[in-house]
Amino acid sequence: MIGMRPPIGEKIDFWRWSEYHRVQPGMNWTSKDIITAGVDVGSVSSKASIMITGQAYSWSITRTGSNSPDSARKALDLALDETGLRVSDLKYIVGTGYGRVNVPMANKAVTEIACHARGANYIWGPSVRTVLDVGGQDIKAIRIDETGRVKSFLMNDKCAAGTGRGMEVFADLLKIPIEEIGETSLKVAEEPPPVSCTCVAFAKTEAIGLLRKGWSKEKVLAAYTRAMAMRMANLVHSLGLEKELVITGGQSKNIGIVTRIETALGVKCLPMPNWKDNGLDPMVAGAFGASLFAKSLYEKTQKNNGG
Amino acid sequence: MITAGMDLGAQTVKAVILKDNVVLSRARCFSGFDPAQAANQALDDALKMANLKLPDIHYSVATGSNMELAPQAHSTVSMLNADAKAGTHLFPKARTVIDVGAEEARAVKIDDKGAMLDFVVNERCAAGAGTFIEAMARALEVNLEEMGQLSLKAERASSINASCVIFGESDVVSLIHQQESKAEIARAIFDALAERVASMIHVLGVNLDIVLVGGLAKDVGFVTSLSRKLSVKLLVPDYPDFAGALGAALIASSRARSLQK
Repeated sequence: MIGMRPPIGEKIDFWRWSEYHRVQPGMNWTSKDIITAGVDVGSVSSKASIMITGQAYSWSITRTGSNSPDSARKALDLALDETGLRVSDLKYIVGTGYGRVNVPMANKAVTEIACHARGANYIWGPSVRTVLDVGGQDIKAIRIDETGRVKSFLMNDKCAAGTGRGMEVFADLLKIPIEEIGETSLKVAEEPPPVSCTCVAFAKTEAIGLLRKGWSKEKVLAAYTRAMAMRMANLVHSLGLEKELVITGGQSKNIGIVTRIETALGVKCLPMPNWKDNGLDPMVAGAFGASLFAKSLYEKTQKNNGG
Repeated sequence: MITAGMDLGAQTVKAVILKDNVVLSRARCFSGFDPAQAANQALDDALKMANLKLPDIHYSVATGSNMELAPQAHSTVSMLNADAKAGTHLFPKARTVIDVGAEEARAVKIDDKGAMLDFVVNERCAAGAGTFIEAMARALEVNLEEMGQLSLKAERASSINASCVIFGESDVVSLIHQQESKAEIARAIFDALAERVASMIHVLGVNLDIVLVGGLAKDVGFVTSLSRKLSVKLLVPDYPDFAGALGAALIASSRARSLQK
């Protein structure tokens, strides 16, 4: 399913990343368990996570459509697939992400900053202090404490430059499947200078200009990826880098970005979980965090009801 | 004396031929993948219209973002200088010239002799140039040429995010879902770009003699929005998109004259 090429001859959308869902093997649920869900409706992808008493049980990633409620439903349905669970079995649901107020089945909405912080703490453990979340249309740098609570954050929400959308445009333009873009960008003998402008709307002009100069696809991609990584590294610098650093969001899967951020900041990120083989997927960090908030919020209502 | 100016812009190449500083012909081509070829084509077309041949040109000057690719140019000049030259030639009283093209926007402040005093350039962000309108028209599913007239039908303005093309698109889609009229969305789109361009002009200081050139000066929707934002009636020449090429051709004349001396 992952990284598979479509048959030759069909129209290929090179930007298209794999939508998928996963059920963790060896886990079971009973109606007595605290089953909660988190739904993260991002600008480009929607994610849902289902947890059994605070442990990730299943999750999904789908493309966000033009309608947030539909995208939320689609993601949650996909996460429920093959679990035997129905929406009515979920004790509490938290919505997050840019479309969080439009998650119809959610009991509550929580900001994506808080959810990503908590999700990163869940995936990598208490040593994480800085989370860089690179999503489809924005970049956030978050400082957290050992419990996953937000201490401070910086966000680039004025401009989509250097986000996943730009990478999609490049994948299509250079005809390289999006999941191979990171590897491809590293296939250069020498790192080229970064492009001067990372505006998503100008990505096409920028690439055509460099190809016209005779640059290889790999070199063009390296120059753009480097410029993107420098934007992200600058955001982390402005916030103040404290180790350990982790990257969440779609670009955490782009080895070209991760390597260049590490170079720019002079630190190594904590290792990426093996998400292709039952490891937790850092692209789902926000939804993991949301389903953990759902558990805490559910327990609070129980306490209030009981007392 | 015959001179030529070529403006190799991000989207189109423009050529202007002058005889003793009077326009003989104008031609335009899409830049495409090969702006050099497009420049040759535009120059050829302009020469044909003027019944001239390449050797008839005494001197030619290129400008625009791809100016170094112009094969037939004797020299180049910055877009800012070309704009300043054309602006004062067309309107001798002009003190500010704004040029809004497909991918760049520029504003130049000039003194009473046409010398440049100050300038502001936006070349890094598509939200401050014509690309913004193109992308929004696509999202709105309206032909680019119809956007201007459509926007004039709006009774009030909606508001959209003007900081980024990508975010602006999301806003347009939301407004469509809220069943806002296309006219009001179109006006919001022009207002958003006008806001960005107006803020560039505010850096230079607003005065009464502002000339607007570049491809966007042809769009009645944009001209209306920008005039409203600045509370000034803008001076828009005929063929505003050829202003850069005209400026280059005028500079070609003065360079040719100084060579003759």
